[in-house]
Formats: sequence, structure tokens, C-alpha cells
Amino acid sequence: MSEQNKGMAAPEQITYSNFLFYGCWSGLALMIVTYLIYVLGFMGPHVSMSEVVRLWSQPVHEYLTQGHAPTGWDWVYLLGKGDFLNFLGIALLAGLTILCYIPLIPAYLKKKDPIFAILALAEILVLLVAASGIVGGGGH
Amino acid sequence: MKRNVRWMHVLTGAVVIVLLLGVCAWAGGDGDVAAQMAEAAGQGSSMPWWGWPIILLFFCFILGIIAVLAGVGGGVLYVPLVSGFFPFHLDFVRGAGLMVALAGALAAGPGLLKRNFASLRLALPVALIASSCAIVGAFLGMALPTNIVQLCLGGTIMFIAILLLVSKNTAHPEVKKQDALGLALGINGAYHDPSNGQLVEWKTHRTLPGLLMFIIIGVMAGMFGLGAGWANVPVLNLMMGAPLKVAVGTSKFLLSITDTSAAWVYLNKGCVIPLMAIPSVIGLMLGSFVGVRLLAKAKPAFIRYMVIGVLLFAGGKALLKGLGI
Repeated sequence: MSEQNKGMAAPEQITYSNFLFYGCWSGLALMIVTYLIYVLGFMGPHVSMSEVVRLWSQPVHEYLTQGHAPTGWDWVYLLGKGDFLNFLGIALLAGLTILCYIPLIPAYLKKKDPIFAILALAEILVLLVAASGIVGGGGH
Repeated sequence: MKRNVRWMHVLTGAVVIVLLLGVCAWAGGDGDVAAQMAEAAGQGSSMPWWGWPIILLFFCFILGIIAVLAGVGGGVLYVPLVSGFFPFHLDFVRGAGLMVALAGALAAGPGLLKRNFASLRLALPVALIASSCAIVGAFLGMALPTNIVQLCLGGTIMFIAILLLVSKNTAHPEVKKQDALGLALGINGAYHDPSNGQLVEWKTHRTLPGLLMFIIIGVMAGMFGLGAGWANVPVLNLMMGAPLKVAVGTSKFLLSITDTSAAWVYLNKGCVIPLMAIPSVIGLMLGSFVGVRLLAKAKPAFIRYMVIGVLLFAGGKALLKGLGI
């Protein structure tokens, strides 16, 4: 009887859970810190507060064109600005699942479970494609 | 103990009042609380820029409490209510809604996986289908005109409300024989039920039709920026035969994968504005934390019916907005 059928989580499931736990709370802590840096004015924003408040009721393309806001990964070049510094925490949360999936591949291969290793690899590829911004780009 | 109960009643009352006031304001203003807010925010309002994030933080805190008590995810309440009450365009509300649903699912994941209430063997095949389709849904949502998305959102929200009202999930569905696909993928498991200390073993049936349903669920999750727990649970439980606790746990965990793919699409398209998205995430997380503590004492039937009512109303309003009425 496997661990799973004795009511215990499988080892790869525990590893995933540990990655998720530390990553999630680090991401949230980072979000709070960067948000405070932004709203308390320790770092100037790329799009001024008055502009953001004016543009957030408009469709996204208005925000992008009038606010000169970046799309895709171009926010990385604006990490020196308070508003885009917040993307560090957001990207960590959005990328966490990809990191959690990586150890699943060797774990399933070790268990001689190639189907699940392929499923894990395919999921990483799907999430990487989504994250890369290869498909689509720019506002509508 | 009495003080706790009284405190809980006061808090629940406050939640009800806030929600009802909001709904009344929304209804009374011919929908145009949002437009008035937008106008006020955009053109020389006396409201300082930091007013909106603070209001949003408290609003989402209360939403977080209600969501837990009603047993729904945050996104399904966040998107229709915030797009109705607040001055933000639907593009940004959907982007923030996905971040909210994602953060909630990521935070719940570790506990669910360790207790075996979420099963990786069940989640991995489902997640691959749902997350691929969520990307397609996110692009559809971004490509279609706002009024069409609003119309579809309205229909979906009303459907969810009806589903919540009529669906009767089964704690332990009877699965006499596992189907070939479920058997080949080894989709089975067991967990210790803390309510009776018993080991509950489970396996799935109707695995292929169940997996195919996640094509539709993934597209809808990506298109509207909703978590899709409302759809995952009935499919996993009623269709595939997973016990309710495993269906709920795996569904919540699944959102962390499905919403990741859609969240990246919205992020890459510039639809995440930190000034509004981060207070939403933090408010909902804190509200969920308080909600979980209240859950042990609460009798959430009333809250549940209230949420169904609010969803019906929000869905109807979104439908009318989409029709330009």
C-alpha cells in the first residue's frame, strides 16, 4: 500500500507543499513591503498617482498609451520606480507554481511514473508560455 | 464564549449592512455609482488618491470574510462587485480578481496538500487542461468588446448563483468501479477524516468526460478573471466521484495553477495596477483569515443565501450593463 492509500501525502506532494508555503508567504511579505515603499513615497512612481487614478477607469490601452506603462516583461526596466517595484511580489506569486512543479519531474521519474513526469513538464511549458508573453502582447 | 458569539453577531450584522447598503446604492443610482465615482476620482474630486486603496482594502477584507462563510472563492464576489461599486475599468478588475483568487489558492495549498485533501494525482491532469484553456479564455476576454464580456459575465454569475442554490454535493459518492483512464493514471487516494477519525479511500469514475469539462471551466476562468471553484467542485464530486473534501481541497489547489496561467496573460497585457491590486489581495487574505476563525462558530446558511442573492443581483446588473440598458 502506497503512502497515498494510507492517508498520508506522497513525498513529492509534501515537497510541493513546502515550496508553496515558503514561496507564498515570502511573496505576500514582499508585496506589503514594496507597496509601503510605493505609497509612502520612498521611491517615485513611473505613472503619477493622479494619472493612475484618472486612468484606472479607462480601458487598459488608454492606461498604457497615456500613462506610458509597459507591457510584457518591460516592467523589469522600471524596477527603480515605486509602482513597478511592486511587480516583484506579484511576479513571485504568479511564478510560484512553475517553481513548485520543477521538483516533481525528477520525483516522478524516480518513482518510474513517466506519465506524471511528462504532465509536470507539459504544465511547466504551458505556464512558461503564458509568462513569457510570447502569445499576444500589448493591450487590445 | 458569550462575548465571542456576540462579537460574531455584530460582525456578521456589519457585513450584512455594508453589503446591503452597497447593493442599495448600486441599485438606486441606475448603476452609476461607479460612473459617479469614476468622475469624482478622475476630475478634481476631493477624494485624495489614497482614499480608494483604503476603501478597497476594507471592502475586500469584508468580502474575504463573506467568501469564507459562504464557501465561495474571493474572485467570484470580487469581479462583479468591484466592477460595479468602484471606478475601475473591467480590464483592471479582472486582472486584480485573478491575483486575488491566485493568492487565496496559493495560501490554502500547503495545508490541503499535507492533509491529503488536495491530491496531486487528481490535480495534475486536470490542471494541464484547465490552465491551457485559461490562456485561451484570457485572450478571448481581452479581445472581445467590453459589453460582450460584461454580458457573458452577467450570464455566468447568474448561472453560478443558481448552481449554488440547487447543487447538492455528496460527501462520499459511490464509485463502484474505476474507469480505465482513472486506473491508468492512478487517480485514487485516501485521507483521514478528522470528524470521525476514519480513513476514507477514494477513486474516480467518468474520468474522461470530467477532464473534458475542464476545457470549458478553464476558458471561463481566464475570460472573466474568476477563480472557478464553483465549477470545479461539482465536476470533481458529482461527475468524477471524488469525496466532497477531496473535491473542495483539490479545487482550491487547482485554482493556484489555472489562475497562474491567466494571471500572466493579464500581467503581460498591463492589466494589473499595483495601487488597486495589492490592497485587494491583502484585504481578501486578511478577511479570509478572520473568516476561517469565525467559520467554526458561524451558522453560515443565511450568509450563503445572501451571497446567492447578491450574485443574482450582480449578474443581472452586469447583463443589463452589457445590453446597454
